[in-house]
Amino acid sequence: MSTAPDDAPRKQVPVETPPLVPIDPDRALAAESPTGINWSNLLTELLVPILAIFTALVIGALIILATGASVLSAYNGLFFGAVGSPLALANTLVEAPPYIFAGLAVALGFKCGLFNIGVEGQLAMGAMCSAVVGYQVIGLPMLIHLPLALLAGALGGAVWGAIPGLLRAKTGAHEVITTIMLNYIAIRLTDYLIKSPFRDRSSSAPRTPFILPSAELPYLFGADYRLHAGFILALIMVFVIWWILSKSTLGFEIRTVGANPDAAQYAGMSITRNFVLAMALSGALGGLAGASQVLGLEHNLKASFSAGYGFDSIAIALLAKSSPIGIIPAAIFWGALRNGAGLMQLQSGISISLINIIQALVIVFVAADQIVRGIYRIRHRSAGQVVFTRGWGG
Amino acid sequence: MGRAMTPVLEVRNITKRFPGVLANDHISFTLEAGEIHTFLGENGAGKSTLMNILYGLYDPDEGEIFINGKQVSIRGPNDAIRQGLGMVHQHFMLVPTLTVAENVVLGTEITNGWLLDERTANNRIRDLSKQYGLDVPPDALIMDLPVGVQQRVEIVKALYHGADILILDEPTAVLTPQEADELFVVVRSLVAQGKSIIFISHKLREVLAIADRITVLRRGRVVGTADPKQTSGQQLAALMVGREVLLLVDKDPATPGDEVLEVQDLRVLDDRHAVAVDKLSLHVRAGEVLGIAGVQGNGQTELVEALTGLRAVESGHVKILGNDVTGAKPRTILETGVAHIPEDRHRHGLVLSYPIADNLVLSSYYREPFAHGIRVDAEAINQNALRLVKEFDIRTPSTLTPASSLSGGNQQKVVVAREFSRPIKLLIAAQPTRGLDVGSIEFIHNSIIRQRDEGVAVLVVSAELDEILALSDRIAVMFKGQVIATVPAGQATREGLGLLMAGIVGEHAGVPIGEEAHVHRA
Repeated sequence: MSTAPDDAPRKQVPVETPPLVPIDPDRALAAESPTGINWSNLLTELLVPILAIFTALVIGALIILATGASVLSAYNGLFFGAVGSPLALANTLVEAPPYIFAGLAVALGFKCGLFNIGVEGQLAMGAMCSAVVGYQVIGLPMLIHLPLALLAGALGGAVWGAIPGLLRAKTGAHEVITTIMLNYIAIRLTDYLIKSPFRDRSSSAPRTPFILPSAELPYLFGADYRLHAGFILALIMVFVIWWILSKSTLGFEIRTVGANPDAAQYAGMSITRNFVLAMALSGALGGLAGASQVLGLEHNLKASFSAGYGFDSIAIALLAKSSPIGIIPAAIFWGALRNGAGLMQLQSGISISLINIIQALVIVFVAADQIVRGIYRIRHRSAGQVVFTRGWGG
Repeated sequence: MGRAMTPVLEVRNITKRFPGVLANDHISFTLEAGEIHTFLGENGAGKSTLMNILYGLYDPDEGEIFINGKQVSIRGPNDAIRQGLGMVHQHFMLVPTLTVAENVVLGTEITNGWLLDERTANNRIRDLSKQYGLDVPPDALIMDLPVGVQQRVEIVKALYHGADILILDEPTAVLTPQEADELFVVVRSLVAQGKSIIFISHKLREVLAIADRITVLRRGRVVGTADPKQTSGQQLAALMVGREVLLLVDKDPATPGDEVLEVQDLRVLDDRHAVAVDKLSLHVRAGEVLGIAGVQGNGQTELVEALTGLRAVESGHVKILGNDVTGAKPRTILETGVAHIPEDRHRHGLVLSYPIADNLVLSSYYREPFAHGIRVDAEAINQNALRLVKEFDIRTPSTLTPASSLSGGNQQKVVVAREFSRPIKLLIAAQPTRGLDVGSIEFIHNSIIRQRDEGVAVLVVSAELDEILALSDRIAVMFKGQVIATVPAGQATREGLGLLMAGIVGEHAGVPIGEEAHVHRA
């Protein structure tokens, strides 16, 4: 027997759990219903992300000051560029679908204790598959062609996501490593496919042919506003994923495996099944992010068409604290920053890179929430910490 | 003994608050030179908090500490060590891959130039060993040593660093009765040579055996100080819990029925692929409790994991109610009517971040009435929780409270309530009361016996001999992966079982070999 078995939790200091003050169980139990929304809890949950954004904007302002530009004109430009006119608002919302799908993908992985860094690759595979179905399959009505193209995108991403899930469950290979590697493979593979077998010969730049109109996600307010049905689809997926995670036995299993795999196994759940399933679902969402860009916006697939949606989605999932509903505001915020950056640069001469700095600061403050809690003296809620991911092979 | 002298340690009005809890409430005590002062209390009584304050791990909110009459403030373990305090933690703080000597000198290495001066270190360790009767081999690797010896290394380490006051935190929890006796000899030799000892425990028997003075803590307060010569276990237990407690489980003789669990020549490997369970055979009948005694680490954990499907079986057979479940999946085994109280409730038994209600359906969430198809019925889950919280007296502010904020005893009640709330034929309970207070132990023991009386076959694995003796109808002793003897509970003695636990088999071990007792040669 060794003093510290490898699998035992490392314990530095034996601390006694403080006893609960005994409370009359009947009275206390009646007070809380399982369906009611606890508004004060919700507010505390929202407080850290909101303060993180605020703090990041304040530091952003200091950086603008340091460059000698006007903070007011910069943030004014950012604001009006993002939401100042119907067109600006529409353009902000156009950025949302890929962020929502991809953010959901990462959040779902987190719920199962998996860190899916491979959304960028799953997105590429999904985009590829949906593009090919979109232009190759001819003669179908839209009612069949569009769902088929979306399904192809989801499936491409699901397969690409399931591989690291299976590797993790069967061999213990950590998904962080395998998904990063699969990203390279997916991105180079799509590059090759665009340049060679699937290339539109009539175009000078490497890209696939345009998809057929029957596979296009329709515009919601006409072509001028570019906002397409992918936005609606994204909102539906948020609801679906929320329902799966909080209302279904499948979600109960995924969350249990994420929160305590040993207890999940003890309770008869299959770790392998849930790892593969969660990664496949996550990959499918990543694939939909790509499909929605191709079918709704680009209508073909070009080389390096993704503006890093897969990587930004990690930030969005963190900002949303892995809550499916929270993904919506987080994704729109991200889109707004990106969309408003142009006008900001125009008005104040501040480089667009400032947006990257602000985004990075938001993530630092959300991930290291102790900083924000320290600055604004927010009491820590000890119970029910969100498990994002666990260590290597753990 | 000069009781008139200044106490080596005096604590006045120590108070420590944690959010929502008063962990230490104006605690005062003294420790005289050459005294063994025992602190008795349930889990959560504030013993560990008090010791962590003495060792500088926590800052007290109020109160003073005097060492040899001089007021001190202890800012951390290094400070404590400088003041002559040494602590032997319940979970040893040793590096398994280093030698005894390396562990002892860790942090204060003697060097000549760039190199570690092992000769000098080894010699000092040998001197200390000899002086206090602590037999430790300086060159051996920690991982190769039995737990009892590892504990002696911890004591040597404290002495090496110049400790005059030793704090022993639940030192017998990991020892066999014989090893505990050896520890008592060491402790007495330490005080005979002027050291002073603070000895923390929740075991009444050993407190009465070793203490010069007993201080009882309850809910962060000193509720009494007793002289071991003038008190009884009953009195101490009542003081500790705050009410009269039954120290023995009140039960009728078993009426065993059909065989429920049959294990044949089971072989199981541990995490390092060494044989942990070696050709083990046993059987449990309906309506009886088979207790498995043994020092921790003799394959009990692996046995239970293999029986419940959590660990692969190398060879052999496991039959439950006549069905071969060797190597079956955990869910298949659960569904044959097996309840499992796991050894580590934090690791296996609970999802700490989940509300109690969800923890109570952890293994039945997918079945009616908790799920309809794939839809989970939150209302049914909550109703189930409300019922079980009442039935099992789980003290919680609500059914939606996360399991992490319950006390250990209430957490274990959640596990027990879940496992007993479905129809079961076999109960496998591993260390069912580890780390629990007397009140919770009483409750859980009675629940287990009630299951037995309803015809459930019960397999109890415990490192606590008292627990095995209290619950079992038959006792199997495990040593190095095998059952080396099975004894009817009526004929078992602490001494006999203790020798068997150390692997000593035979007439000279004093095992009462009646007509029913089987002694298997290893």
